[in-house]
Amino acid sequence: MSEKTKYITELRESATFDRSTMAEIRRAADTGIYDIRGWGAKRKLPHFDDLLFLGASMSRYPLEGYREKCNTQVTLGTRFAKKPIVIETPVTIAGMSFGALSANAKEALGRGASAVGTSTTTGDGGMTPEERGQSTKLVYQYLPSRYGMNPDDLRKADAIEVVLGQGAKPGGGGMLLGQKITERVAKMRTLPMGVDQRSACRHPDWTGPDDLAIKILELREITDWQVPIYIKVGATRTYYDVKLAVKAGADVIVVDGMQGGTAATQEVFIEHVGIPTMAAIPQAVQALQEMGMHRKVQLIVSGGIRNGADVAKCMALGADAVAIGTAALIALGCNDPKYDEEFKAIGSAAGFYDDYHEGKDPAGISTQDPELSKRLDPVEGGRRLANYLRVLTMEAQTLARACGKNDMRHLEPEDLVALTVESAAMARVPLAGTNWIPGANNY
Amino acid sequence: MRTVDLATQTVRDLNQALHDQAKQCTETEWEVLNPKGQHNLAVGLDQKLKVDIKGHAGYYCGGMNKEADIVVHGSAGQGVAENMMSGSVRVKGNASSSAGATSIGGLLVIEGDAGSRCGISMKGSDIVVTGNVGHMSCFMGQAGTLVVCGDAGDALGDSLYEVHIYVKGEVKSLGADCIAKEMRDEHIEELSEVLKRAGVDEDPHAFKRYGSARQLYNFKVDNASAY
Ligand SMILES: Cc1cc2nc3c(=O)[nH]c(=O)nc-3n(C[C@H](O)[C@H](O)[C@H](O)COP(=O)(O)O)c2cc1C
Repeated sequence: MSEKTKYITELRESATFDRSTMAEIRRAADTGIYDIRGWGAKRKLPHFDDLLFLGASMSRYPLEGYREKCNTQVTLGTRFAKKPIVIETPVTIAGMSFGALSANAKEALGRGASAVGTSTTTGDGGMTPEERGQSTKLVYQYLPSRYGMNPDDLRKADAIEVVLGQGAKPGGGGMLLGQKITERVAKMRTLPMGVDQRSACRHPDWTGPDDLAIKILELREITDWQVPIYIKVGATRTYYDVKLAVKAGADVIVVDGMQGGTAATQEVFIEHVGIPTMAAIPQAVQALQEMGMHRKVQLIVSGGIRNGADVAKCMALGADAVAIGTAALIALGCNDPKYDEEFKAIGSAAGFYDDYHEGKDPAGISTQDPELSKRLDPVEGGRRLANYLRVLTMEAQTLARACGKNDMRHLEPEDLVALTVESAAMARVPLAGTNWIPGANNY
Repeated sequence: MRTVDLATQTVRDLNQALHDQAKQCTETEWEVLNPKGQHNLAVGLDQKLKVDIKGHAGYYCGGMNKEADIVVHGSAGQGVAENMMSGSVRVKGNASSSAGATSIGGLLVIEGDAGSRCGISMKGSDIVVTGNVGHMSCFMGQAGTLVVCGDAGDALGDSLYEVHIYVKGEVKSLGADCIAKEMRDEHIEELSEVLKRAGVDEDPHAFKRYGSARQLYNFKVDNASAY
């Protein structure tokens, strides 16, 4: 034993250069390219688990669980559209592209959402007949790439979502790597097969909010003012973005927090850009309230929503509805332990798989491989998603009733407290057991 | 011929009247008076109509056009004929930025100059500009032909996919992955056909062809400086 090792009782790992940091340095040195992956931010962030509902007791009057109604229906697009969208539960399915997802997965999302009376959303790459056919309420995304965008599909849509950004990558464009550009995907996007397809990060024919106002009018003119127009932004300078979105003429604003999922983005982008969903909602609501537009322009929030408590907390902070991506995919079977062996064979494990861009998903969801895609039965997937959406709705209702509300949208910030100082500051609700909201009233 | 006078009627009236023709076509010839640079004129048409806009148009004139032949007897603002599917849009004057952006089919003719980003992300249309085009034209162009009878500004065809670009004059600079290519017989033929359809009298042999070097199609670390 050397003089030195005699004193070492334990090997000490560096907190700064821990093993995964070192592995990433080695990976970068080997390959010369940044890490690309799907999923959303994996680091721990202040989130809805740091908030609690106060519930009713002496000073508040609860509602009876099974007997007294608690409305979950929400109408989206009441500002300008002749035909607003009515959803029966305030949980919608977020835009996920055909290309990133298989046609069966898109169909399953449509089936599940339709079964509970909510909407689904297309994505980069256009509208497929599978999802239009199975979605009673379909939101058509209008993205910078305009892949597959055409006026016929635009006129078939129940709403149009102008995408400025996503929470996973605010300020970034999209990518779909060559492995997933099959003949069908390539044709829909007018691209050669097998190329690494980049989607632009800015729209090609407008810059800035004044132009966007004209663009929105164009979309309204083309669709004869029938359908609502949403604007989707990644959560960053949310207060200002929401004000500008209202000014540009949005009927509905979608704010996607940094936990939001993606099909393929640089890891550095996913983990280091944007603000947490919880921090974005109060900013958005403040902007709407100051303009007298809260509830008139509806607010949809997404990014890391997993259960009915998350839904209820978003709504208590002032959202009109939420959107889910990752959770919907998990309900369909994404990362299912039954495929653990196969996940391991491709260098991952059930519960960890995030290489959506490689198109090898054993669960048949984030793939274009015809054999793998077959593993997802769209009818069974739809049934599972519908079940999950019903649970989210019932859980959210349970909490709303406990707070004495007969409508999900009657939940309010006053029903919430925070567990940590940081969540109190971000959500702008008091630290539990105190009346302290950090930053409010100048202290 | 039906006349819509925008001094007394609104853009909404105009577009609704034109859209109604998609369901039942009762009038194929249309004239629009006093456009005065208003935005979104004759957008989303879906019928074989002839529309003459007698003056200047604002943003997105002829946007998403299908089948109709639209003539702007003046200049056009940003995004003229954006995402056009078929038919044609002819601008007698100049066009602002992003002319023919993402257009999928049809023919866009600009008899004057076009601003920056002409043909950005175009997906299959034919665009003919009698004058010059500004910087970043045909950025990420995917398919179709862009014909420039004058000069092209900086970074022509940056990150190009499969558009065939033909320029008669000077190209200030080429964008990443865009290169000059040999003009073979099939290209002379293609260009002649497009020029003829556009009614532009130019000798196809006087043009140079530019296209994608296809070096950025799949990531290669050696190209890192181009990303
Ligand atoms: C596989 C996948 C594909 C996506 N594709 C798109 C897209 O095409 N357009 C878009 O705006 N957002 C896209 N998103 C983001 C979602 O619309 C949504 O903002 C996000 O998933 C919400 O966060 P969550 O996954 O935590 O629920 C995608 C997300 C995933 C997981």
